[in-house]
Amino acid sequence: MSEPSIELKGSLFPLSVLYCQDFSVATLRQELAGKLAQAPGFFTQAPVVISVENCTQTPDFAAIKQLFSELQLVLVGVCGADASLKKAAHAAGLASLQPPKAGKTAEPAKPAAAPAPAAPVAPTVISADNKTIDGNIRSGQQIFVKGADLIIRGTVGAGAEVIADGNIHIYGALRGKAIAGAGGDASKKIYCYNMQPELISIAGNYWLSDTLQGDYWGKPVCIGLQDGQLMLAELF
Amino acid sequence: MAKIIVVTSGKGGVGKTTTSAAIGTGLALKGHKTVIVDFDIGLRNLDLIMGCERRVVFDFVNVINGEANLKQALIKDKRLENLFILPASQTRDKDALHKEGVERVLNELSDEFDFIICDSPAGIESGAMMALYFADEAIVVTNPEVSSVRDSDRILGMLSSKSRRAEQGLPGIKEHLLLTRYNPERVQKGEMLSVDDVNDILAIKLLGVIPESQAVLNASNSGQPVILDADSDAGQAYLDTVSRLLGEDVPFRFLNVEKKGLFKRIFGG
Ligand SMILES: Nc1ncnc2c1ncn2[C@@H]1O[C@H](COP(=O)(O)OP(=O)(O)OP(=O)(O)O)[C@@H](O)[C@H]1O
Ligand SMILES: [Mg+2]
Repeated sequence: MSEPSIELKGSLFPLSVLYCQDFSVATLRQELAGKLAQAPGFFTQAPVVISVENCTQTPDFAAIKQLFSELQLVLVGVCGADASLKKAAHAAGLASLQPPKAGKTAEPAKPAAAPAPAAPVAPTVISADNKTIDGNIRSGQQIFVKGADLIIRGTVGAGAEVIADGNIHIYGALRGKAIAGAGGDASKKIYCYNMQPELISIAGNYWLSDTLQGDYWGKPVCIGLQDGQLMLAELF
Repeated sequence: MAKIIVVTSGKGGVGKTTTSAAIGTGLALKGHKTVIVDFDIGLRNLDLIMGCERRVVFDFVNVINGEANLKQALIKDKRLENLFILPASQTRDKDALHKEGVERVLNELSDEFDFIICDSPAGIESGAMMALYFADEAIVVTNPEVSSVRDSDRILGMLSSKSRRAEQGLPGIKEHLLLTRYNPERVQKGEMLSVDDVNDILAIKLLGVIPESQAVLNASNSGQPVILDADSDAGQAYLDTVSRLLGEDVPFRFLNVEKKGLFKRIFGG
């Protein structure tokens, strides 16, 4: 017999999980549209899993699926479903997945890759022993450090992305995206001298600029996760 | 060996061609043999600003393709002895330029000139990449508004990664920031970014600030680089800029709102 022309391999992908109180299509439409409007284009055709853990009635999965495609999202499945919800989800053509460990913002399944969309340039991948950059990261540039920390003696411009499996230190302003703990380590932190980012992410949890406005905006800040919650603290 | 300076921006319409013409002319005024090369293939503009549009016979693409030699294509400025223009082609598209051809022409120019000013097209496609690839220095033309600053940041990234100097591991391109169309009144009202705002974001050395000026429009309409209008604010700002480019320490002017005299205050204007 000739070699099989197909192959099934297990892989892990980062997925966004939607948590909600109300599973009615009308409410979901309103809330989701609001969220998407904050980051136009950012979630276009993003795969999403909906958590049904605290769901009391069986939602109309077919209608929710339709809503997602109207909003240019791809609903791939549900998580945290009991037997009857699983059945309903399967009937609507949805997969049923294991819920991520320890609730809402806990460490997601590895590898918790960055949620950020890739810039249209190949990232500059820097090996573990070369992780200090003297100078600015400009709009459109992407830096990825595998298995180590990234130290930047300069600013990260709007539209630039810096990603590291370890911590990220920025001795200048952060105006672009910074993604630390890209391998899923929730203990990693982001330090910067002037926080004005478009997005920050630690171990797959991420926050857009809007949620970061406030007292710490423009300040020297350390960003980390504590019990799954975003934690901001002044650097000094 | 000539010094190759690219005038670039990412964003369109910010004043690259105006600046190329002014700075090229300014360098020639200071006694340096200078050629300004129009890389904006298909949207030829420099010849108009320089007032030599009627004298274009052969162009950059002709030289690259071997259809004419440099001597035939270079246009000698009527006002200044040591100033030349290499016009772009109006009929080809941007892909008519290729690295080998550009390099050969620049090498040939390099033997003869002190400065080669490359007027880049807008964007980050091949035409703009070709204009910056061989540069020793870059003048990043920026308007004091967010989108222009963002595009300049993008171009600065290209300069540090996509140039010959970057690819060959040579010392990087020397980067200069030139703020143009600066309007202190609008800055004061908060409608435009200030010099400090832009400096803060781009973090490169400021070469000059050119005010928004009617003199620029008058100059381009009459085919006279604005730097020759030495009485005008923009002309003076460009003269200062050229001095700084040559290493002189010149204070910045035209940064603040002009205080109106009694006469102007009463009669307006
Ligand atoms: N300092 C200034 N004050 C007023 N108008 C200006 C100034 N600088 C440039 N302009 C005007 O802005 C317009 C665009 O200028 P210019 O052609 O030099 O820009 P450019 O960057 O070369 O454009 P392109 O990207 O299309 O090549 C022109 O009409 C020019 O007269
Ligand atoms: Mg132009």
